[in-house]
Amino acid sequence: MLWLVHGRIAGIAGIARVALRGPDRDWRLAFIAGLVAAGMVARITVGPAVVAGLDTIPLLRLAIAGLLVGIGTSMANGCTSGHGICGLARLSRRSLVAVPVFMGTAMITLALFKVLA
Amino acid sequence: MKWTHAFLAGLVFGAGLVISGMSSPARVLGFLDIGAIGTGHWDPRLALVMIGALAVATPLFALGRRRGQALDGGILPSLPTQGVDRRLIGGSVLFGLGWGLAGICPGPALVDLGAQPWPMLAFVLPLAIGLLLGRRD
Repeated sequence: MLWLVHGRIAGIAGIARVALRGPDRDWRLAFIAGLVAAGMVARITVGPAVVAGLDTIPLLRLAIAGLLVGIGTSMANGCTSGHGICGLARLSRRSLVAVPVFMGTAMITLALFKVLA
Repeated sequence: MKWTHAFLAGLVFGAGLVISGMSSPARVLGFLDIGAIGTGHWDPRLALVMIGALAVATPLFALGRRRGQALDGGILPSLPTQGVDRRLIGGSVLFGLGWGLAGICPGPALVDLGAQPWPMLAFVLPLAIGLLLGRRD
């Protein structure tokens, strides 16, 4: 919708990266504020089920995962929404490669983690 | 772009993530847990979310291509000309590692930050650092 109305791709990682340091930050910061606000509203209306499972993840694992997701999506220029939705919907060859790679890696990582833990 | 439009787009996107279950790490890990296929504990619902989102987005992108410009008259970005390279593969692997560890990707991370600031800050701050570290420029 962002692309059709305003000519923008709504990949979250890309929006967040440029919002941190880049040109034309106002709309990107507003978009991020909208996402955070949606979480606040959901917490009040729906309750803690919104983030079900979050409390079971140790802090160190959260931090390492966050860093890896940040570096990875920045390098690959896209995350689940960027490559997975926008990229695939536009029939981007890069996304057709990226999505199976990150989804497969995530599945293998989780499987290994469960074996080791 | 008007910031009000962008804020509303974020709000709608966030609501979609909550309603579809993407905001819950347990739900996402339940989908990524392919070891559970066949045990009755595997949760395939997120695949339906992706198929649903693509079913909406694909015709919209096609419509935009046919129009040649955005509804506000802006220029529509074309597909990147760079092909599949090592940065794309390597970055996707790193992203997959992180996603498999916690079940949280960038969109849900920001929604969850609003829903439960702590411990989400422990994810979002390193996420921001990673986004800056991974830049090419």
